[in-house]
Amino acid sequence: MDFASVVFYFLAAILLLSGLRVITAKNPVHAALALVLAFFTAAGIWLLLEAEFLAITLVLVYVGAVMVLFLFVVMMLDINLEELRRGFWDYLPFAALVAGLMIIQMVLVLWGRDFGLEAPVPKPADYSNTKELGRVLYTDYVYAFELAAVILLVAIVAAIALTLRRRPNRKVVDPAWQVKQKREGRVYMVNLKPQKPEYKAEDEE
Amino acid sequence: MPFQMPDFIPALPEIFLLAMACVVLLVEAGFKPKTLSYNLTLFTLLGVAVLVVLSGSSDPYYTFNGLFIDDVMGDVLKLMTSLAAIVAVIYSRRYLADRNLLNGEYFALLLFAVLGMMVLISASHFLTLYLGVELLALSLYALVAFQRDSLRASEAAMKYFILGALASGLLLYGMSLLYGVTGSLHLDAIAHALHQQGGDNVVMVFGLVFVVAGLGFKLGVAPFHMWVPDIYHGAPTAVTLFLGSAPKLAAFAFVMRLLVDGLSPLHGDWQQMLAVMAVLSMAIGNLAAIMQTNIKRMLAYSTIAHMGFLLLGILSGSLAGFSAGMFYVLTYVLMSLGAFGMITYLSREGFEAEQLDDYKGLNSRHPWLAAIMGMIMLSMAGLPPLVGFYAKFTVLQALVGSGWIGLAVVAVLFSLIGAYYYLRIVKIMYFDTPPADAPPIQGPTDARVLLSFNGLAVLLLGLLPQPLLAVCAASLQLSYP
Repeated sequence: MDFASVVFYFLAAILLLSGLRVITAKNPVHAALALVLAFFTAAGIWLLLEAEFLAITLVLVYVGAVMVLFLFVVMMLDINLEELRRGFWDYLPFAALVAGLMIIQMVLVLWGRDFGLEAPVPKPADYSNTKELGRVLYTDYVYAFELAAVILLVAIVAAIALTLRRRPNRKVVDPAWQVKQKREGRVYMVNLKPQKPEYKAEDEE
Repeated sequence: MPFQMPDFIPALPEIFLLAMACVVLLVEAGFKPKTLSYNLTLFTLLGVAVLVVLSGSSDPYYTFNGLFIDDVMGDVLKLMTSLAAIVAVIYSRRYLADRNLLNGEYFALLLFAVLGMMVLISASHFLTLYLGVELLALSLYALVAFQRDSLRASEAAMKYFILGALASGLLLYGMSLLYGVTGSLHLDAIAHALHQQGGDNVVMVFGLVFVVAGLGFKLGVAPFHMWVPDIYHGAPTAVTLFLGSAPKLAAFAFVMRLLVDGLSPLHGDWQQMLAVMAVLSMAIGNLAAIMQTNIKRMLAYSTIAHMGFLLLGILSGSLAGFSAGMFYVLTYVLMSLGAFGMITYLSREGFEAEQLDDYKGLNSRHPWLAAIMGMIMLSMAGLPPLVGFYAKFTVLQALVGSGWIGLAVVAVLFSLIGAYYYLRIVKIMYFDTPPADAPPIQGPTDARVLLSFNGLAVLLLGLLPQPLLAVCAASLQLSYP
């Protein structure tokens, strides 16, 4: 077993354990942190496959942005996970049995058979992953790339259409209306004649 | 490899549709009249139909580096998809207006769903297939949940979303295994690689199982049918009308592209899987439909049975079988539009005509509508002068032609069982007395006229099925030379 395989099995073990921890952790914050670890380890495996750009993107986008947001949400929402997971331990033995059987079946079918492809040749050291990805993304795969963008647009439209509620008596001001206001509409002079206040003797006391 | 500028002409309908969907969104943000987005949607779909006809070519033509294929089968399906969407939009206008759902977001999501279908129909690559499926499914999840205050619709959307995500997972897992075996995502290249390796690779078949399971979920055939009744029942009827019609055309294209374009060397394997799924669907769909008292649920089970029947056409593996399957799905969409259109038409503000009892004595309340509904039901049952009969007949003919005689006998038996619940609706409409307090039926004229044409088309295509049959046969002949 060469060094790369050792690293791979080390990372894979951590990945599996952290993935398991995501679904078994009682505390949702722990689960989210375990997911961070899983993403980070997966990035390590990708680095091992010489997919540097993807690995860095995974760390930056998922670990750095998405999971931080997720942690915020988890901490702000007071979710009682135990309530949601009632019955988890009751179902666990049977679920484990099913999953175990499925794994055994898959292993029996796939064990030791190669996929019929020769191993890819490592690229030279000056090969730029980022440049190559950028090239195919915006040329050969531009159709798929645009479609993915449309899917994101649909997600935005759907999220807004399903959650935005226009309440009739909301106290909001239209910014355009606000900006358009002139001094004349807000302030007006009232010509008050100066008067001598009338004091009464009792009030003076 | 130098980059070649893709040819945009074949994708003109899609590009137009995408641009107009964005326009509908913008118009909704800027203008108040609610009918503008409705009219704009109809104009868009009509424009797409025209562009599909104008930009079509008779030979299969690849563009976008092989991610996109334009062939006659795809063009016919795209044309029918946009026409079905137009009909669905016209039927559902008053229903949406009554429930305060008639707004630009609804139509924008509907247009995005149509875009997803069109992408799916002309996909020639695993990536585009998957992206098309997701675009379609995401838009549909949102449409099902669109009636936000309805608990039933939200529940249906949640179920649809979770099962849809599971199905996408299965599909992707299968696709990645097949990629591992063949080293390509292009359907043509996959077929070529599979052909060279022969069909004895276990990993190949293993990937195929996952892909077929994912397909089964998306088609809604047994044993992956559990979501269909709940979603059909829970969604607002206007959404059910859309969901139950045009996407079936895309689903047919999905099966054709994936199994026939990409995995034809594994024909012997998927044929058996489809046979099992078809028999189970026809059994579960037809038997469970008998028990239903809700017409939307009943039609959902009937959809499961019809999709099983569609698989019979595809699994026969011959060009005649594919053409029969295409004819079947086209006529099914016509009947489904009519049936759900009728439910939408009879519903009014605060009332859903979804119980079978709501159809009691429809004949004495409105004889013409009862006649149309009766014709559609009899056609779904497969009675001779109507188009449903020819659809079933051509599928069975292709099946017997490929030597699947036992399967054909089973299909006929289950169709006989299925005829019971369609005939029950006819009986309810014609021989039961209507409730005394039933209000008079009134609806918009455009929907009524279109419903009449829809019903007459079922009859007319039954009397003269040859032109449509010829179109199906010719389009497949040209697409699979």
